[in-house]
Amino acid sequence: MPLTYYLVLGAILFSLGVLGVLTRRNAIIIFLSIELMLNAVNLTFVALSNHVQNLDGQVFVFFVMIVAAAEVAVGLALIVAIFRLKETVYVDEINLMKW
Amino acid sequence: MNDYLWLIPFFPLLGFLINGLLGRNFSEKMVGIIGAGAIFLSFVTTLLTFKELLTLEPEHRIFIQKLYTWMATGNFSVDVAFRFDALSAVMTLVVTGVGFLIHVYSIGYMHGDRGFFRYFAFLNLFTFAMLLLVLGNNFLILFLGWEGVGLCSYLLIGFWYEKIDYANAGMKAFIVNRIGDFGFLLGMFLIFKHFGSLDFDQVFSNAAAVPPGVITAITLLLFVGATGKSAQIPLYVWLPDAMAGPTPVSALIHAATMVTAGVYMVSRASALYILSPLALSVVAVIGVATALFAATMAITSQDIKKVLAYSTISQLGYMFLAAGVGAFSAAIFHLMTHAFFKALLFLGAGSVMHALSNETNLMKMGGLRKHLPITFWTFLVGGLAISGIPGFSGFFSKDEILWKAFSSPFGSPVLWGVGAVAAGITAFYIFRMIYLAFYGESRVDPEVALHIHESPKVMTVPLMVLAVLSIIGGYVGIPHVYMGLEHFLEPVFEPASVAMAAGAAGHASASTEFTLMGISVVIALAGIYLAYQLYVMNPEKPRQLAQSMHGLYTLLFNKYYVDEIYQAVFVKPFVNLSNVFFWRFFDVKIIDGIVNGVARIFGNIAAGLRRMQTGIVQMYALSLMLGAIIIFGYFILR
Amino acid sequence: MNTAIGTIDWIPVAPFIALSVLGFLIMIIGLFFPRIYRETLGTITLVGLAVTFFLILQNWGEPRYAFANTIVGDKFSTVFNGLFVVGAALTILLSLNSQENRYLLYADYFTVIVFATAGMVLMSAGTHLLTIFLGLETLSIALYVLAGFRRENAFSLESAFKYFLLGAFASGFLLYGIALIYGATGSADIQEVTRWIQQNSLTGSLMLPIGFLLLFVGLGFKLAIFPFHMWAPDVYQGAPTPISAFMATGSKAAAFAALLRVALSTQSYTAIAWEQVLWVIAVATMTIGNIIALRQDNIKRMLAYSSIAHAGYILIGFIANNELGHSGMLFYLLSYTFMNIGAFGVISYLSTAEHEFVTLGDVRGLAYRRPFAAIAMAVFMFSLAGIPPTAGFISKFYIFSAAVKAGYVWLVILGVINSMISLYYYLGVVVQMFMSAVEEKAPATATQQPAVALALVVSMFAVLGLGIFPSRWLAVFMEMARSFI
Repeated sequence: MPLTYYLVLGAILFSLGVLGVLTRRNAIIIFLSIELMLNAVNLTFVALSNHVQNLDGQVFVFFVMIVAAAEVAVGLALIVAIFRLKETVYVDEINLMKW
Repeated sequence: MNDYLWLIPFFPLLGFLINGLLGRNFSEKMVGIIGAGAIFLSFVTTLLTFKELLTLEPEHRIFIQKLYTWMATGNFSVDVAFRFDALSAVMTLVVTGVGFLIHVYSIGYMHGDRGFFRYFAFLNLFTFAMLLLVLGNNFLILFLGWEGVGLCSYLLIGFWYEKIDYANAGMKAFIVNRIGDFGFLLGMFLIFKHFGSLDFDQVFSNAAAVPPGVITAITLLLFVGATGKSAQIPLYVWLPDAMAGPTPVSALIHAATMVTAGVYMVSRASALYILSPLALSVVAVIGVATALFAATMAITSQDIKKVLAYSTISQLGYMFLAAGVGAFSAAIFHLMTHAFFKALLFLGAGSVMHALSNETNLMKMGGLRKHLPITFWTFLVGGLAISGIPGFSGFFSKDEILWKAFSSPFGSPVLWGVGAVAAGITAFYIFRMIYLAFYGESRVDPEVALHIHESPKVMTVPLMVLAVLSIIGGYVGIPHVYMGLEHFLEPVFEPASVAMAAGAAGHASASTEFTLMGISVVIALAGIYLAYQLYVMNPEKPRQLAQSMHGLYTLLFNKYYVDEIYQAVFVKPFVNLSNVFFWRFFDVKIIDGIVNGVARIFGNIAAGLRRMQTGIVQMYALSLMLGAIIIFGYFILR
Repeated sequence: MNTAIGTIDWIPVAPFIALSVLGFLIMIIGLFFPRIYRETLGTITLVGLAVTFFLILQNWGEPRYAFANTIVGDKFSTVFNGLFVVGAALTILLSLNSQENRYLLYADYFTVIVFATAGMVLMSAGTHLLTIFLGLETLSIALYVLAGFRRENAFSLESAFKYFLLGAFASGFLLYGIALIYGATGSADIQEVTRWIQQNSLTGSLMLPIGFLLLFVGLGFKLAIFPFHMWAPDVYQGAPTPISAFMATGSKAAAFAALLRVALSTQSYTAIAWEQVLWVIAVATMTIGNIIALRQDNIKRMLAYSSIAHAGYILIGFIANNELGHSGMLFYLLSYTFMNIGAFGVISYLSTAEHEFVTLGDVRGLAYRRPFAAIAMAVFMFSLAGIPPTAGFISKFYIFSAAVKAGYVWLVILGVINSMISLYYYLGVVVQMFMSAVEEKAPATATQQPAVALALVVSMFAVLGLGIFPSRWLAVFMEMARSFI
């Protein structure tokens, strides 16, 4: 299959992730959408790695996964902490600070 | 001696540090001695340096002391360097000399104030900044002093702030001065761009090589800065409000030194201004318009300090008139004499206020001549000097300006005419003030009247010294006298005087000069006479006059028929113009409206913009994404 | 990738390793001595930072690469890393205040600050987009934690939450950009990318320029420039005060380091005729920051908007794109570190565990109650406003001169107008402190905070020193800027 297919698929997934972040209220879903964005990039990396014929892109993917895992750890902890305090994870209800 | 130049600004800085850090623990006497002593030391240093300067040949009269390189990159560098030439010498002598007298006076005036040490610390800091301004050897040091004096001015105006009202006045001063500084900064960046340097010598010697359009832009931008600092149309509005501060502050900052910084800066850059006839005309027209306009404003003011504030604006207008017709040395000459007599008038007003428990309303004074003899006589000297009565300093400098406005190749009879009329009005309002305050029946509140007393020696001695200076200060400028001021300043203004000489050929003669001089003296005397008629002989008249605005009947029944015509022709139009047009309309509606409007517009924009910040995280993400998309879109479609 | 371990040049990586070791060391100490005084922990951290600083200075000189050309020790990284460590040290000092007492009994706090610094070091020393990405994430994740460190405070948690969601979102963009650059050039090593661009055209395909744009978006988020700035006010307002200072200075400087490194090496941002976009962004960033700050009552929030505006000024130096501009950016970042940490520091200095001194009303009449704090605040405000002779003035003057020299006269005019506007709210704070009567029922201020006072004194001396004697530092930064070209 040509490279373009993978790139377009990656772009579509990335856009879906962005749309998810912009439209969903639940912080957990937003967070999952961000993960979707990262994995879309991972897909792009792998495809491009194959295209340019070196392994750097695939090494990148591993690092991204590690970073994503670390983000999950911190992010979920934060969401839990905020749920304990405010009993909501809807982002439009978390707006003490504005203007 | 030249190596000790840095001591001149250093002493006030030291005084500021000592009083500011330790003053809390000192007695008032100690604080006063340190504060005034610091200025005295730098005055003595200035005198010694000045003496040294005089021993040199006129064209070599310049000391430059470079302390260190402030910033340097490649071929561009700015030094922290001081420059002591004829112009700086005059300015430094005025700043330290008059400054010292005002410091001494303040010891008496501020006696018992809870912020005594703070006051002296700020006053010393101010003097330090002012000395940087006049001694700096490049535009950046000049700017450093420029901002410094502005800042100290806020601090000192705010010295007695406890009311929220003043916050608005402070805001106005703030916005207006920012506009001025904006012009200055841009002018400075343009200089940097086209000259590659900010050093005075390098800029002025290369001035001819830069296109005239650029020179005009630079000079006009610098002049915007000058109008802000020196309270010229349209940026004058802050000065009357600044009178909220203690009176010696008004004398030092808002009469003798800081407000003249604009005149100094224009004179310093005379080599640039002389290359741009357009900029010169703008300076001259703004100057003379301000001189007339502010003088008419002073007629109706009932607050003694406001009268003096408008008078300062008006006199600064004369200085710009002189600069605008290329007579820079006349501008500096008037700057010097003005520093003497205006400081005297302000300190005199302070002495009156001191006697009357801080009363500033002229309508609640009167008959003070007997109670405050020293204040009265010195105040009178100041009044005669500012009115331009022969024999007093103001006569020489003002006459010099008016003559140059007439005869200079950049001048015109119209400029002279307007200037002469303004001089007449000046004499009128000054003597109106003197008569209202010192003559006639006492209108002082009874409780206050019990405590009227002449001020202590520490206040009256500076008054007397300034009175003497107000008389003799003019004689250094008499033309053709050996070592006249103009001659002394000539090396600094050389490009200007060359241009003046080139255009002056075949212009007016000495007899014209004396005729014009005679006319302006007559106008001034007429103004004083009119004030005498109105406020001493017929104290009721002004009120009638005010009422007569409603109809002409009252006028017709008046027995001083000649006077009435005189008033109807000369006084009333100005009173009306001042009161109705300038004051009510121009000042309050337009200028205030613009200034407050600017603040309100920004406030409203802010109120609107901050609504974008909804607090909802997805809005922020949306902004991020839209921003990214717009940038890509621009890039792809471009 | 055939470098044997034995031949590794350790000097370039030494600062990073030192910081990592320091972080773990503190964590272990905290584990074994849970009741240790936080002052002791702070001192250990400061000593460790001092050692790191010494190691950083060893890198001044010709570029030395390590770890398969992914990390470099050169003048550029030396200057930036020095800046980060100084910022971190000041942050540690600020953290030893009485307000954070309740939250900061944990050794983790210091550990995380040290790790955040390590992330910054990677960002400025990285010569591979992977290293820069890892540095950025290390920094970000550490900051998410730090922002939410007042964990029973709703504001702090909300701040961390927003920062986290948006930060992760933005790093998605950054990563996508890196992927596209990698795909277009076959490498993510900045030198390789540069070589590829020199041999081929930059704009031949859309992939490469769009990659750079996405990279810019990701870094722009950290810089808090318009239109990626919206997180900053909320996050700075809610985060613990020392952390707000740390974010506004260190993290911003780190993002500028990465941006400069990429831009200066590849010359990509100038090659794609990109000034107009940057021009608009710089003007919008300054204007929005300054204008909204006019209406803020909360000083932390005001400083957040002011920090947005300052990013705009610094961007002017980036647009000028000459030696003067680049060294000016460095000087600006250095001065900004001191004056901003100082300004936040005054808040920490006054706040007690019960009351945070953040509104304009709180500081009213401060000059009569706490003269030292008021004077310090005044110095920082004057510097932020760019009044001579403070460091802030020299920075602005320098950056504006660079832009004038490069021909961006209108940009400078707008910049000057902006700094005039900004003066209004900075002086507003000073006016409140000095020119108002003492309120009767003013809340009590904290007493005895030697560590914070030390940070304030250091910052004050630095702000005035950099303003009065800037030339030495300017020469250093100039040398750094030249070493790149």
